[in-house]
Amino acid sequence: MSSSFRSEEMCLAQLLFQTESAHNCISELGHLGLVQFKDLNPGVTAFQRRFVKEVKKCEKMERILRYLEKEMVKSSIVIAPTKEKEIVPCPRDVLELESTFEKLEQDLREINRNHVALRQNLSELMDIDSLLRMAEDFFEEAESLMSCSEPPSEDSMCMTVSSRITSRRNSSSSIIGPPYLGFIAGVIKQERFPAFEKVLWRLFHGNFVLRHAEIQATEELQTDRGLAKKDVFIIFVQGDHVREKVRKVCDGFHASLYSCPKTLHERKEMSNNIMTRMEDLRLILRRTEEYRAGVLMKAADHVHEWSSKVKKMKAIYYTLNLCNIDITQKLIVAEIWCSVSDLTLVHNALIKGSEQSGSSVTPVLNRIQTQQTPPTFNRTNSFTEGFQAIIDTYGVGTYQEINPAPYTTVTFPFLFAVMFGDCGHGLVMTLFAVWIVTQAERRYIILLMGMFSVYTGLIYNDCFSKSFNVFGSSWRVQPTFHPHGPWHNDTLHDCEHLQLDPVIPGVYSGVPYVFGIDPVWNIASNKLSFLNSFKMKMSVILGVSHMLFGVTLSLFNYAYFRNFQDVLIEFIPRMIFLLSLFGYLVLLILYKWCITVPSDVAPSILLLFINMMLFDYQSQHHLLYEGQKAVQICLVVTAVLMVPVMLMVKSFLVYRTYMKSRQPVFGNSLNDQHGADTRSSFSQHQSNETVSMSDIFVYQAIHTIEFCLGCISNTASYLRLWALSLAHAELSEVLWRMVLQVGLSFSSGMGSLMLALIFAAFAVLTVTVLLVMEGLSAFLHALRLHWVEFQNKFYEGSGYKFTPLSFDSLLKTQQ
Amino acid sequence: MPSLLFCGPKLAACGIVLSIWGVIMLTMLGIFFSAKSAVLIEDVPFTEEDIRNDKNPPQTVYGLYNQVGINCFIAAAIYVGVGAVSLCQVRLNKRQEYMVT
Repeated sequence: MSSSFRSEEMCLAQLLFQTESAHNCISELGHLGLVQFKDLNPGVTAFQRRFVKEVKKCEKMERILRYLEKEMVKSSIVIAPTKEKEIVPCPRDVLELESTFEKLEQDLREINRNHVALRQNLSELMDIDSLLRMAEDFFEEAESLMSCSEPPSEDSMCMTVSSRITSRRNSSSSIIGPPYLGFIAGVIKQERFPAFEKVLWRLFHGNFVLRHAEIQATEELQTDRGLAKKDVFIIFVQGDHVREKVRKVCDGFHASLYSCPKTLHERKEMSNNIMTRMEDLRLILRRTEEYRAGVLMKAADHVHEWSSKVKKMKAIYYTLNLCNIDITQKLIVAEIWCSVSDLTLVHNALIKGSEQSGSSVTPVLNRIQTQQTPPTFNRTNSFTEGFQAIIDTYGVGTYQEINPAPYTTVTFPFLFAVMFGDCGHGLVMTLFAVWIVTQAERRYIILLMGMFSVYTGLIYNDCFSKSFNVFGSSWRVQPTFHPHGPWHNDTLHDCEHLQLDPVIPGVYSGVPYVFGIDPVWNIASNKLSFLNSFKMKMSVILGVSHMLFGVTLSLFNYAYFRNFQDVLIEFIPRMIFLLSLFGYLVLLILYKWCITVPSDVAPSILLLFINMMLFDYQSQHHLLYEGQKAVQICLVVTAVLMVPVMLMVKSFLVYRTYMKSRQPVFGNSLNDQHGADTRSSFSQHQSNETVSMSDIFVYQAIHTIEFCLGCISNTASYLRLWALSLAHAELSEVLWRMVLQVGLSFSSGMGSLMLALIFAAFAVLTVTVLLVMEGLSAFLHALRLHWVEFQNKFYEGSGYKFTPLSFDSLLKTQQ
Repeated sequence: MPSLLFCGPKLAACGIVLSIWGVIMLTMLGIFFSAKSAVLIEDVPFTEEDIRNDKNPPQTVYGLYNQVGINCFIAAAIYVGVGAVSLCQVRLNKRQEYMVT
């Protein structure tokens, strides 16, 4: 697939089409999703553009649609899903759509207003109703109080009725004369009542009778968004003057006052009246709600269709704003970026669009040459999309640079698996990923990570921290005993630890385990010293290979951009430096693995490497092979020689060309600034721009130091492959030992039940700690290894992404 | 008859997954214990006296192996039960969902 090796070749094309066919053409291009429109009016603000009114109209329609959707959700009406590919309306239809929307909005708002007003009315009527009912009891109380007021009594009587009462009686009231008790009745919020009572008491010193009762909240009121609880009260007072004061106090507390008839008969009549009014109101409310639901349901059928239409319209107007309209107002000029291989498709789409609009003139597609940097377009399918996203998150590739995505599909899951390696966990992860892929169709990364983890789990021979013995271990204990070896039965009783010595014939069969690590190591107590050495060396080997691969890719970049000078003065010294030091380290590791050295004289590779760099060849250090000293000295000297080559040669050459021609220098080498913005056009560099020697020198020095020190630090950085896999293995073992082993050790009758319960705990902990936490951690570290250690060998990542006008992606973001 | 539904759809789905995993893993553990695999030696609850006072080595340890293996099989059977219950719950949940909408 040459298209994913590097980004596509793009071209700038000029489109000319008629104004009438503009909508259809752009909508066809939008459905195609392969062109990116260039902004031909960059200096114009958003408010000065041609079609700003239309865009505003579309936004208003979107707002109305959002309001509609909210209302529908409130009334829990289901919105019908989209049908596919509606035809975009032309400008005339937009007006019709707009008027429909406005009418709908007005209707809805009116209905809502009416609804609220009706509800308020209903609650008022209900208050009056409860008031009338409570008044019955109160008036009876008042009558009885009146009748037994004749014999003056000093003690205040406390009455207890069904509702809580406060009453004070001033004994002097009987002296004033025949008491005329007027009353005021009303409703007040329950929380305000204590303060209300206090104020009245302070004002009138008990010259009043106050009764109150809580309104039983009915179901209707309760659904009305939690109204505050209310109390009904009646105040019996003497005299008009006092009554006015009480009225003012009630107003201050926002209590609603209602006139209550004095006689029983009138009260009954009023009560009936109110009942009928309430029934009417309820009926009206129901009808209103039904009407509202009907309106919303009718609209719900079309809401999705409308909203996608509006979105497309807005996108089209936005695109039109980017184009130029010529003087005669008849022709629209647009410039697009599109891939060279897609030009015919685009042309066909344009022709189809203009045919649809019925215009006679076919649109024209001109390819124009430009010096500007095109956007970076990497064609992806649903499998590579995830990996491409990973690369793009770090930085979108420079135009036509090598795309690391196809290699990432393999190396990323592999490095993840090296850190995660456990075939039991890998199996669970794979099954989970299969389930996700059947549901969502996009998460192939997790599936690959799971499958690779199963593979590395088999190599590490680790399944939930236990090993499989499939092929028969190569180590035997029996030969260590008498008569072949030194052990007896007593040795077993006396010693804590025993070591199997492979020198004794028969203990180690000489043939290593067929696939993976020998299962005997799982029950050995020095398992970690073996595995650590193995995993560390493996990480170094993998790291150096990965970096070597990265440097090789830079060769392809240089070759593509015809930068042969850089091949000689950058690529070759880098390769020599890397290979002579770290390639040699890898060779040493592999060599030591292949030969047999008695373990007490075997040299440590790390010490060998350090001594090599320090030129330390004292005789007590053993060497691995003959002539090692000479070879090592050679390699170190070569590597050290490469450093000034990388440092000086390039600057010198640049200086020489500059002095010779006295012309400004241009070429990819200068533009390769790390962290520079997108490349400006080359035309800028053709002007007389003087070259500053110090700049070049410093730049070259930085890059050289970065590479050389980076080699060492990056190689060490790859040791995280070892570290994380060790952590995973240890966590897994701890989980088994602390949790599941406890369950297995129950030998009583209820042992199996306990085992079942403990297994559930084991499963939950495995998933949360080992799969989720360790998985995320390994994912992150594998990502970091790719982004930093691998990509800084060759990747620039200073391009900008190709964002075509595509209705599919527009509508996808909506959902 | 009171409703037999006592857990939501998510809990029932978790139950099914857990029981499938439990059945498979415990059955395999049971098989490996019955096969007296050496790798599982640390999981067998034997003590020093078992080794020393063994009249007929290694039969005590083998007996323990078998016992743990049987425990594993019984636990696997328990998980079959749990799985069946979860499956019922999932079906009931689906039916209730179907009836409401």
